[in-house]
Amino acid sequence: MADVLLEMKNITKTFSGVTALSDVDMAVVDGEIRALVGENGAGKSTLMNILSGVYPYGTYSGEIVWDGKPCEFRDIRDSERLGIVIIHQELALVPQLSIAENIFLGNEQASRGVIDWNMTSVHARQLLEKVGLDEHPGALLGTIGVGKQQLVEIARALSKKVKLLILDEPTAALNDEESRKLLSLLVDLKEHGITCILISHKLNEVSEVADNITILRDGCVIETIDRHHEDFHEDRVIKSMVGREMTNRYPEREHHIGEEVLRVEDLVTYHPDQSERQMVRGVSLTVRKGEVVGLAGLMGAGRTELAMSIFGRSYGQKHSGSVFVRGKKVDIHDVTSAIANGIAYVTEDRKSLGLVLIDDIRRNITLPNLKKISAHGVINQNEEVVAAEQFRTRLTIRSSGIDQVVESLSGGNQQKVVLAKWLMSEPDVLILDEPTRGIDVGAKYEVYTIINQLASQGKSILMISSEMEELLGMCDRIYVVNGGEIAGELPRAEATQESIMKIIMTHQKQSRERKSA
Amino acid sequence: MNTFKRFFKANLRQNGMVIALVFIMALFQVLTGGILFRPMNINNLVLQNAYVLILAIGMLLCILTGNIDLSVGSVVAFIGAVSAVMMVRLGLGVGVTIVLALLLGIAVGAFHGVFIAMFRIPAFIVTLAGMLIFRGLTMVILRGQTIGPFDRSFRAIASGYLPGEELRIAGLNGVAIVAGILMTVYFIVAIIWARNNKKKYGFEVLPVSIEVGRVAFIAIAINFFTYSLAAHDGIPVVLILLLGLMMIYSFLTQRTILGRHIYALGGNEKAARLSGVKTQRIMFLVYTNMGLLAALAGLVVASRLNAATPKAGTMFELDAIGAVFIGGASASGGIGTVIGAVVGGLVMGVLNNGMSIMGVSVDWQQAIKGMVLLGAVSFDVYTKKRSQGS
Ligand SMILES: Nc1ncnc2c1ncn2[C@@H]1O[C@H](COP(=O)(O)OP(=O)(O)OP(=O)(O)O)[C@@H](O)[C@H]1O
Ligand SMILES: [Mg+2]
Repeated sequence: MADVLLEMKNITKTFSGVTALSDVDMAVVDGEIRALVGENGAGKSTLMNILSGVYPYGTYSGEIVWDGKPCEFRDIRDSERLGIVIIHQELALVPQLSIAENIFLGNEQASRGVIDWNMTSVHARQLLEKVGLDEHPGALLGTIGVGKQQLVEIARALSKKVKLLILDEPTAALNDEESRKLLSLLVDLKEHGITCILISHKLNEVSEVADNITILRDGCVIETIDRHHEDFHEDRVIKSMVGREMTNRYPEREHHIGEEVLRVEDLVTYHPDQSERQMVRGVSLTVRKGEVVGLAGLMGAGRTELAMSIFGRSYGQKHSGSVFVRGKKVDIHDVTSAIANGIAYVTEDRKSLGLVLIDDIRRNITLPNLKKISAHGVINQNEEVVAAEQFRTRLTIRSSGIDQVVESLSGGNQQKVVLAKWLMSEPDVLILDEPTRGIDVGAKYEVYTIINQLASQGKSILMISSEMEELLGMCDRIYVVNGGEIAGELPRAEATQESIMKIIMTHQKQSRERKSA
Repeated sequence: MNTFKRFFKANLRQNGMVIALVFIMALFQVLTGGILFRPMNINNLVLQNAYVLILAIGMLLCILTGNIDLSVGSVVAFIGAVSAVMMVRLGLGVGVTIVLALLLGIAVGAFHGVFIAMFRIPAFIVTLAGMLIFRGLTMVILRGQTIGPFDRSFRAIASGYLPGEELRIAGLNGVAIVAGILMTVYFIVAIIWARNNKKKYGFEVLPVSIEVGRVAFIAIAINFFTYSLAAHDGIPVVLILLLGLMMIYSFLTQRTILGRHIYALGGNEKAARLSGVKTQRIMFLVYTNMGLLAALAGLVVASRLNAATPKAGTMFELDAIGAVFIGGASASGGIGTVIGAVVGGLVMGVLNNGMSIMGVSVDWQQAIKGMVLLGAVSFDVYTKKRSQGS
């Protein structure tokens, strides 16, 4: 048995009376990859925030022992000094700064207080090489994709002489390929003696790379499973997480597909800042009654841009093309008119686009639906409470009540609030952009069940997901999107990972040829 | 006791402000040797502070959107000057003047609103420009002189009282006494009605003891206040105006869709827009409304001074902003209440009034007000952190 690097003993943490962690013990061995899994709100992020000093010593009870010595971190700097670096669930980078500046943020390469730009750029280049990111250190962070930004975060951690790297859902926003790259980087770092704690809801990747899996439920450690143990497989982990057996990952649904509800013709949208750059290039698509239609594609394929353009032109500029609802051409020029025409859009970016973080659950859920609970512009607050409470129960949003501020909810529960607010609008066409990002297996199943219920009630669903498996499990039909265009269309029977990738590859090749011609 | 603690904690911010106000009042009551609560001084408090409260209500909406309006002091002077010209030089009637002045205020607000909402120029800059523009225009219109005096009916806005002087109860102004009793009854009925409604929906209600305590506190405060007014000259016209504005804007912000949209816009503009909030329109409305209220304050100030002067309204914007922040609003938007802003305005008012009675010099008054502002906001941030952490 190798050396124990870190021990957390009897950790208990409460938030104004609500217990988030109770009596948690966890020991991490030097040089392992430890996975930490559990349902939304189980306390994973909280535990890691304690370990990294985000919640300082004294705000929790229990003991942290690092390398045999007890520690009392007052802030993140204290833990970083020992080599504990955390990469949070939501990226903490500055899009307006360059990659190099981000890497050394708060840790500037300077002599006598003056930044040495040459040294910065040399060191940045070395670090970027280590994480396998082929980008210029001077490029602005905002111009590279989320997957690459994640690598920048890791480069930043490496610059701090990290010994224990904590990653809170690093792959939630990445597609399959990017995730694979990130995970192999972690294995690589392990070879170089960096220990890692990985929080993730994607259990397949967890079982691929982890040496041990620790399972949290309701703030308690249920068990830790060793890689070489016979119980080290997904189903067992799920059972431990949710406390019951789950046989089917995707619930069954009867398919009753009716007439066409939404038709988009020749939709064109330009980039909001670069007015010459077409982001959506002449897209036409249809969604029928009771149908679940998927939009597959790689990161940056233009799916979100497409969805938001349909949803009241909320993305880009110089829009053209037409939208038909039930065969009638409609004028959807803003979000209000989209909602009025029965279209709803659940964003992928819950923090900056989906929620008013300083408001409570109730006000967030009802924000787009105030008309339903008011008369002559005056809100019936009692009706509001009833409605919000109903959705809180239906989606099992884990919280102290509908008056909890959404900022303090766990990531997955925030996602459920965003979902709730659009379910309440009872749309005919529901556009879901990464609806299961960052939510646990149990909750995913609930979301799938809700999607199925909506479909069997005759609603139409248009769904974007980076998890191809999810699209294949849920959709009746899949459009493959690439470079802002529809590259192909596959019915359920013909859709496989391979057939989708093949369409993307062919389309990429074609557009390259078109460009060079 | 436990429920009491919980109730108190849940409303710490609100209660904190009221407690601060009560504390400051008690302090000055002692420091001024009992002058503060004399009927005449209570009456003066209302008359002196009406303009801050009117401006604070409008400013609250601007601050809720995460912005600010620096121009209000200048607009107060500008409207005063224009009204004076209309009445004294052009000989227009009082009613016509008031209507035109308010319309002009709306136009001024809309002018700011267009730049802020449509052209997306930061409100700080637009209203800074407005501050200079309207102060300059005031000087141009007045040519450095003071215009006045005004007709009696115009002066009544700021220094008149409700009629009914002949109605006397035990030597006091009967109208004020009756108004106090009516308001008390109204509060009691409203609270009982809300309670029953909550019960009907099966929600938790406060224990009867707390509720009774609350009602008693409100009843005593109201009746002491109206008694003081009754012992002086009765109910000032401007008080009715203030109460009306408080009720309208409280209702607007707390109970209507429009109000909710303002809060959402301030909390997260992008998310609000994606939820169907017409953010540009709301921004425009908020600044137009500020123009209207600034005009109203301008009329009140001119009426009180019985003249339009080039220096009227100087630093009023800071009083209003200070009141809103003392009242618990957040500078980043989305948090704050009308009642809070009014209480904040009263804190400032009592400070001003109390220190003047004590004979504290104007220079020190400034410094002390600055420190109170800093202290109040620090306390607020501190309690907010406390209620979030552990
Ligand atoms: N600042 C806070 N105030 C109040 N409650 C909080 C706060 N932060 C977290 N909580 C509560 O603590 C519990 C644990 O939250 P935590 O963020 O650790 O969950 P998690 O396991 O990371 O979930 P997810 O997978 O959704 O990210 C949740 O019930 C959450 O509502
Ligand atoms: Mg988390």
